[in-house]
Amino acid sequence: MAERGALYQQTIVDHARNPRNFRAMDNASARAEGHNPLCGDHLSIYVRIEGDRLADVAFTGSGCAISKSSASLMTTVLPGKTRTEAMAIFAQFLQMITVAPGNTAEGGCATLPGEEGGCATFSGELETLEALRSVREYPVRVKCATLAWHTLAAAIEGGSQTVTTE
Amino acid sequence: MPASEGQDRPLTADGVARIRREFPILGTPCRDKRLIYLDNAATSQKPQPVIDAVTRYYSQQNANVHRGVHYLSELATQEFEEARLRVQRLLGARLASEIVFTRGATESINLVAQTFGRQRVRAGGEILVSVMEHHSNIVPWQLLCEEKGAVLRVIPMTDEGELEIDAFARLLNERTRLVAITHVSNVLGTVNPIKSIIDVAHAAGVPVLIDGAQSAPHLRIDVEDLGCDFFVCSGHKMFGPTGIGVLYGRAEHLEAMPPWQGGGGMIRSVSFEGTTYAAPPAKFEAGTPNIAGAVGLAAAIDYVEGIGMEWIAAYESELIAHASAVIGGISGVRILGRARNKIAVVSFAMDCAHPHDVAQILDDEGIAIRAGHHCAQPLMARLGVAATARASLAFYNTRDEIDALGRGLEKVKEVFG
Repeated sequence: MAERGALYQQTIVDHARNPRNFRAMDNASARAEGHNPLCGDHLSIYVRIEGDRLADVAFTGSGCAISKSSASLMTTVLPGKTRTEAMAIFAQFLQMITVAPGNTAEGGCATLPGEEGGCATFSGELETLEALRSVREYPVRVKCATLAWHTLAAAIEGGSQTVTTE
Repeated sequence: MPASEGQDRPLTADGVARIRREFPILGTPCRDKRLIYLDNAATSQKPQPVIDAVTRYYSQQNANVHRGVHYLSELATQEFEEARLRVQRLLGARLASEIVFTRGATESINLVAQTFGRQRVRAGGEILVSVMEHHSNIVPWQLLCEEKGAVLRVIPMTDEGELEIDAFARLLNERTRLVAITHVSNVLGTVNPIKSIIDVAHAAGVPVLIDGAQSAPHLRIDVEDLGCDFFVCSGHKMFGPTGIGVLYGRAEHLEAMPPWQGGGGMIRSVSFEGTTYAAPPAKFEAGTPNIAGAVGLAAAIDYVEGIGMEWIAAYESELIAHASAVIGGISGVRILGRARNKIAVVSFAMDCAHPHDVAQILDDEGIAIRAGHHCAQPLMARLGVAATARASLAFYNTRDEIDALGRGLEKVKEVFG
């Protein structure tokens, strides 16, 4: 079996230990609950929307380093984005961690010139999300990494509700 | 602990090394590391004699059982029924007909719930389970309670993970129709005092089912001595194949119980006017059984009896003491379950890392442990955790492997500490 990329990169450990925007939000426009019954992970995602933009994103709950760091990173990159932009980032994030390396054709995602495989990389202010790229080599952990994002999508699209990874 | 340290003691360091060579998977590299398998409570590995028995059955003996007069059918039937005799002897049952082959402990419990339970439990009746049950000894009873309008009641435990026997005695009453309880907790390793539980229940006229999925691989079982009404276990946790399990039921119960599934093999005669049923155990074995599974289970029983259950228990008690010392000796690690009588399982929580992250980092070291709720969510709630990390042992594990686990946990601390 090929050596897998290191899962616990410095950014992930940092965000897991010191999660950003780890707080309840009193003036949230929407809130949703996310459960991963397999691990017992539970996150609450809060979002305040002003106009069409996400003004503030926060979370509370408990989970593994992957689910917590993914939630934390998400809350740092999405404020200021429109709903459409946020959903596009989510879609690209999903592709990044679910499409196996060298399997880009089936996944149907863009490959940048010079890249070995996998989806287009996040750059600029979104580059921190790259820390979670190696999750795709740990299929069991994909649900951990996507929990916060699915929950946010549910909050944005449906108001307040509960999502589960099962 | 057996009396002497004589030469016939099989589980010396050399003896264990020899035994390990008989488990091919233990010599198979895992992510380029030596496999350290500490997930035995989920499923055990299989020794070569078990693998050989299944291969031999399919290569030389395969036919349907109880059907044909031809040579192979006779041979297959003989192998299958000899497997039943082997299980009978292992569990100390009075009769071979008290041994029903099932898919596993889960199916055995469902069988009892849907036959004996349905006959016995009425609206307002109560079924007693404990807070440390596996879901497979909770949900079948909940289904029955829903159907009958009965009530599931729960025996509590102490913070150390021991059942509160006084509370059990208080919960027993004239409405109690059945007690269903695990022999050994799959999360805490607690060995419950089932003999006294059975005695107390029987004094109140209440039958008892024992979930032996976690005890049968580690302890000598004697159902006659215990006096239990039902005892269930799974072949795959006892070094046998998956898909084969056992229901022991006292003859008078099995005879009085209605059939469970209908089909071939469980009838005496069938007409459109009505069907009469075969005597136990055939009454509960509709359809072609898992013959190869039974043959493999018999080989597994021969294998562990060849080592000796007493030796296994003695060796494993040394191993778990070492594991508790190593794991419990690491700062920031808390062992969940401190029962005085405890075997084979060490569940723990780390201050710095979630159980899944612990298991993930250990996996990179070739160490297989389980992380999660272990199909015991009510117990997780009682412990106040969402999940635990769990190392579970078998007689082929070594002190060196436990030490490697300890080093792995130090590595977890390096990453997250």
